[in-house]
Amino acid sequence: MTEEKIYLYQRWLRLWHALNALFCLFLIATGISMQFSNPKVPLIRFDIAVSIHNIFGILLTINYLLFFFGNIFTWNGKHYRISVDGFYHRLLSQFRYYTRGIFKGEHPPFPVNKELKFNPLQQFSYVIIMYIMVPIIAVTGLGLMYPDFIPTQLLGISGLHLTDLFHVIVGFIISIFMFVHIYFCTIGKTPVSNFKSIVDGYHEPH
Amino acid sequence: MDTFKSKLRPSWVVVAILIITIFIIVLTRSSETVIEEKLQEPVKSIVKTDTSSFSKHKNAAENENCLKCHGQSKYTYENAESGKSITKLMYAELIIDRALFYESNHREFKCTDCHSEDYVTFPHPGNLRMETKANCIDCHGGDEQYAKFHFENIDTEFQESVHSAKHSEDFTCWMCHNAHTYKITARTSENIKQTITYDNAICLECHGNLTKYQLLTDKQNPNLIVKHEWLPNQVLHFQSVRCIECHTKKMDDSTLVAHNILPKTKAVKNCTECHSSNSILMAALYKYQVKEVRSARGFFSSIFASESYAIGANRNFYLNMISIVIFGFVIIGIAIHTVLRILK
Repeated sequence: MTEEKIYLYQRWLRLWHALNALFCLFLIATGISMQFSNPKVPLIRFDIAVSIHNIFGILLTINYLLFFFGNIFTWNGKHYRISVDGFYHRLLSQFRYYTRGIFKGEHPPFPVNKELKFNPLQQFSYVIIMYIMVPIIAVTGLGLMYPDFIPTQLLGISGLHLTDLFHVIVGFIISIFMFVHIYFCTIGKTPVSNFKSIVDGYHEPH
Repeated sequence: MDTFKSKLRPSWVVVAILIITIFIIVLTRSSETVIEEKLQEPVKSIVKTDTSSFSKHKNAAENENCLKCHGQSKYTYENAESGKSITKLMYAELIIDRALFYESNHREFKCTDCHSEDYVTFPHPGNLRMETKANCIDCHGGDEQYAKFHFENIDTEFQESVHSAKHSEDFTCWMCHNAHTYKITARTSENIKQTITYDNAICLECHGNLTKYQLLTDKQNPNLIVKHEWLPNQVLHFQSVRCIECHTKKMDDSTLVAHNILPKTKAVKNCTECHSSNSILMAALYKYQVKEVRSARGFFSSIFASESYAIGANRNFYLNMISIVIFGFVIIGIAIHTVLRILK
């Protein structure tokens, strides 16, 4: 008899997560296509890429608001509040588990339960991505969409260029996060159990 | 709940990011638009001009003989027969704005360098109306002092242009380059925006003004906003590049500004012509700066960094390299981790 499944991901959260993933994929594909545009090998035709990127950028921002206010008004937000005391040590022990313990068949130092959905490393990276990176990419993206609001000169270089630089660098960080995030999802009871969880909301402990 | 105080609330971070962004925008948005507004100011009626500030120019005193009438909206003369003093309005196209003239390329010229000496008499002799006017090449052609401007090549390019082909000799240099106000901007402007505004104003003088447009045709001028509706971020494009970026064809590398204006069907419409690492803007709008900066700093992408920006064209070699390396490490890391997990 296996341990009982825990209901961890509410419906609104799963909806947000699915849409967020979908929008991110479109944004990454069109973003790369524009950034490395080449008249000879167009990945996605430039003007089409611009339109798709604009539309999904707006959708992602609206969807982010669902996440942001959802976390304020439901108990899900508590998972993102980092307890500063001893956090570094917890982070380190999780890191140790992923780099060593996991290969020796050790148990994870912070098993998932209703009170602790994220291990310290997840907590840390999710907070950085969701509360620093996504707001930056949304704000800079809106700036690029409405360039009238961007100062023309900033720190001696074009404000538009600086905004773009932020947008592209943060886009890259989020893309890298996505790769790592998807990989780490294979570390569950079975390699696919976490992917099932994001669909039905139930976590399988292991 | 006792640990409440020691917990970071992530939503505060978002609020802080928003506040800082708004603060930066409010703090730094200001002066830039003033120049544009000034350049777009409509010509005002010139009534009384303080001429003292122009006296430093070589021929200013002599030119005042002409400009005392042609320098403002009205002129006064004495009717020799009746002895009455008569004030009349000067024809708008015959008014020379001193401020613009003494800033123009031809600021050190005497009026009679280009116009007949007979103009010194008043009333001007009637036959002077038939006076033929010199073109750029008449003075600048074959002149070593002006060799770097390649006037001959400009002339060849212009002869190929739709302006020249459609309107034959009616279309002269003066149609775009007003002899009394024209000044070069691509080599002298402090910033590229200034060049853009100035150069686009030249096109708009006819293409945005039906009366002037119909000097050479009976057709209506096309509505530029409607014609360019296909262009995303239209306003930004109009502010950031010149009309000639898409509407000319570079014929040779010697001239700084292309003069071969293309028929509309041949205009650049493919986004990636500009939005790519091999952006045509490098050989056009940014050509002068690219050449100058490249020789001075050997790092030509800095021109985009300091003055402008176009998605797909602003690529930083080091940033690309770093991102490829990081991406590579992540993939290798994931692969190793996977293998070790399988082997455990």
